[in-house]
Amino acid sequence: MSALFVLIGISILVAASFLAAFLWSVRTGQYDDDYTPSVRMLFDDTPKESEPKSVNSNQTK
Amino acid sequence: MAMNTNTPINTSPCYHCGDTADNSIQVEEKSFCCNGCKQVYLLLNENNLCNYYELDKTPGIKAMGKFVSEKFAYLEDADVIKKLVQFNSDLQINVTFLLPQMHCSSCIFLLENLHRIDPGIITSQSNFQKKEVFIVFNPQLISLRKVVELLAFIGYEPEISLQDTVKKNKTGFNKMQIYKIGVAGFCFANIMMLSFPEYFASGNIELHGLKTTFIWLNLALSLPVLFFSATGFFESAYKSIRQKYLNIDTPIALAIVVTYARSYYEIIGGTGAGYLDSGTGIVFFMLVGRWFQNRTYDSLSFDRDYRSYFPLGVTIIQNKEELNIPVTKLKTGDHILLRNEEMVPADAILLKGEASIDYSFVSGENTPVKKQSGDLIYAGGKQLGSTIELEVVKDVSQSYITQLWNNEVFTHTKNVDKSYIHPWSKYFTLGLFSVAAIAVAYWWVNDPSKILPALTSVLIVACPCSLLLTATFTYGNMLRVFGKNKMFLKNSSVIETLARIDSIVFDKTGTITNHRGTSISFVGNVLDEKEKWLIKNAARQSSHPLSKMIYSWAGTTEGDSVLVEDFHEYAGSGLTARIDQSTVSIGSAAFISKGVQTNLPTDTGTHAYVAINNQTLGKFEFGNLYRQELAPAIQELLKDNYTIHLLSGDNNREKPNLEKLFGKRVPLLFQQSPQEKLDYVKGLQADRKKVLMVGDGLNDAGALMQSDTGISVSDNTGRFSPACDAILDGAEVHKIGKFLAFARSGKKIITAVFILSILYNIVGLSFAVQAKLAPVVAAILMPASTISIILITFLLTYWTARNKGL
Repeated sequence: MSALFVLIGISILVAASFLAAFLWSVRTGQYDDDYTPSVRMLFDDTPKESEPKSVNSNQTK
Repeated sequence: MAMNTNTPINTSPCYHCGDTADNSIQVEEKSFCCNGCKQVYLLLNENNLCNYYELDKTPGIKAMGKFVSEKFAYLEDADVIKKLVQFNSDLQINVTFLLPQMHCSSCIFLLENLHRIDPGIITSQSNFQKKEVFIVFNPQLISLRKVVELLAFIGYEPEISLQDTVKKNKTGFNKMQIYKIGVAGFCFANIMMLSFPEYFASGNIELHGLKTTFIWLNLALSLPVLFFSATGFFESAYKSIRQKYLNIDTPIALAIVVTYARSYYEIIGGTGAGYLDSGTGIVFFMLVGRWFQNRTYDSLSFDRDYRSYFPLGVTIIQNKEELNIPVTKLKTGDHILLRNEEMVPADAILLKGEASIDYSFVSGENTPVKKQSGDLIYAGGKQLGSTIELEVVKDVSQSYITQLWNNEVFTHTKNVDKSYIHPWSKYFTLGLFSVAAIAVAYWWVNDPSKILPALTSVLIVACPCSLLLTATFTYGNMLRVFGKNKMFLKNSSVIETLARIDSIVFDKTGTITNHRGTSISFVGNVLDEKEKWLIKNAARQSSHPLSKMIYSWAGTTEGDSVLVEDFHEYAGSGLTARIDQSTVSIGSAAFISKGVQTNLPTDTGTHAYVAINNQTLGKFEFGNLYRQELAPAIQELLKDNYTIHLLSGDNNREKPNLEKLFGKRVPLLFQQSPQEKLDYVKGLQADRKKVLMVGDGLNDAGALMQSDTGISVSDNTGRFSPACDAILDGAEVHKIGKFLAFARSGKKIITAVFILSILYNIVGLSFAVQAKLAPVVAAILMPASTISIILITFLLTYWTARNKGL
């Protein structure tokens, strides 16, 4: 029976760690935007090496 | 621009924005509709960002051409920068912009790759749901103004308004609420688990001190719920008692206190396990209900005022020099410069230039008015045509249109805490206290030792939380149904006011007419391709709204774009252009009559005559484009005994058409000023009418605010809408009757479920008054009633919505 004490202690610790994980995820804003990241991960990382195709850039620096 | 043109749509759409392409504007076999779109493409191509076009088809936003370069000059003012940015240092500025144009994954791609277009931008991150982009840039490489100009150039002109700059820090999403739910859920679940042995283990757990361990663990777990999660209820109850008013949180707070007090008394006294599982459960479910009901629409703003519409910056002339200042620094007596399409920020007198003012914002009238020098021009008007110089005669806040906001209606908030649940909760509390009193009296006589158990059990089991849960979940579901039908309510109390409405006031422009407002048709000779081409190219030169409509009516025509020689625009009358050895004139009857030397009839309505080489070909007729689906909907509303009124800032030339739509019984009022609209609504309310105002734009703002419920109609929900209780998508206006019926059925749903919850209460009370409320009964009854109530409200709401055709 005394094993129960240990098990209950563990079960509460596990549950508490889930609670901590939940609070942490809310605090760091992981639920603030549940759409954009799902799109963002689909973008290919196009290599940066490419030279501008036309030289006369009218873009202001 | 999807005008109702009769020309067939070109098979190859603009590669950038999907509009009809002009075959003469091409790059690498890609056609564009205009040079603006081509420029954007070239910029993206140069920076290797053409993925933009691969993620979604024609994702671009039609380029508005070169914006007036001084438009964003006010962003160089240090005060404005300070208000806009969130973080400011020598090497880094953080700023968040609202971009209502964001509409697809390509937008996200482009906006997050801004650093590849300009190295001054360090990172940019978009939030699609809020339609925001967070930009970090280096102020030594690029200025705030340049960042905004870049965004505007690629089609995402940020929505910057004085109002947003005033209160930036307020976030709608309350994280504390979520923490409270999380903690309550954790404690509730663990207490529930630790209570099971007590209920079902038939005595064995007495051994080895297991039982006491469980109970004391429960006590420890219940503390965070009492002192953290439930604090909101106590605060609200305390406030209501201080104001000598019983709100729904008062009996709830009482029930929580009694449950905890009795449980702690039993545990500490060693007489029992208490009702901690029910106690924490109540708190958890009620917090979830509140969160569910209070979910708001992140990207919508329901409390804008004139400051959102007005320009932020203005060009003034000081010592013969042009100077850009924020509009807040504008003083009486300043001389201001106003370019094409710019808005008058304060009442002013015209000094120089040809003013053609579009007052559609103020009055709904969309034909521009010509002004002479010395004339007073009201704030809110938009200059069309050449640059004009004005002298400011009134402060921004004292100007004609903004004065509306000094009206007292804008000083108090409406729809706060007058829910019909609160009186019910009073009766509930009174009924509960009488049951408790009777139980106490009974046990006083029969067995005084059972007084306290009976009394506390009654208060524990008869918690009004089922009433609160019924309301919160029903309204939460209803808000979602409304949202699915593109009607976005500000909060759930709007549902209650909608249910009480008996009069509906419509505004004409933008509400019963399409946002685009006007239809165009050509009456006269059949035009050949060449003539169409000439008209198109002549109209293209002008920024007058009617010219723009003619241009898009002409659609795609054969032949190349040419240089137009000798183009003249005569404000308020028309234009002439010399193209390919022909003279094209477009304008009013009087204007064209002069050229062709015949007298053309001046009839009512808006029209433009066309003559080529002094030969009249015919005229364009512009009519209001009514939402056709609205006619049956209005008849339906009249049948349901709603009184309907129509207010219009416009003149009465459309009266016959409107009578066709509304019938003869409906009062139609024309040429109403914003103040008159407000007063009209006030007058109806004085007759004890509950008024629903349906309008759009600034000119209805007062009436929307004064009405019991104000619905702002918008053809593009990202657009500005004035202070209102709900924002409705223009295409869904005809559903208004259904929305009202649905809102009314909300009360029925709540009543029905409330009766059910009273039945649960009767069962619980019958145990409680006998002082036989075992914790296990409470522990079963509480979640069972809660979950069944949530399920039933869900089913009833969606079933009703389907029945009403929503």
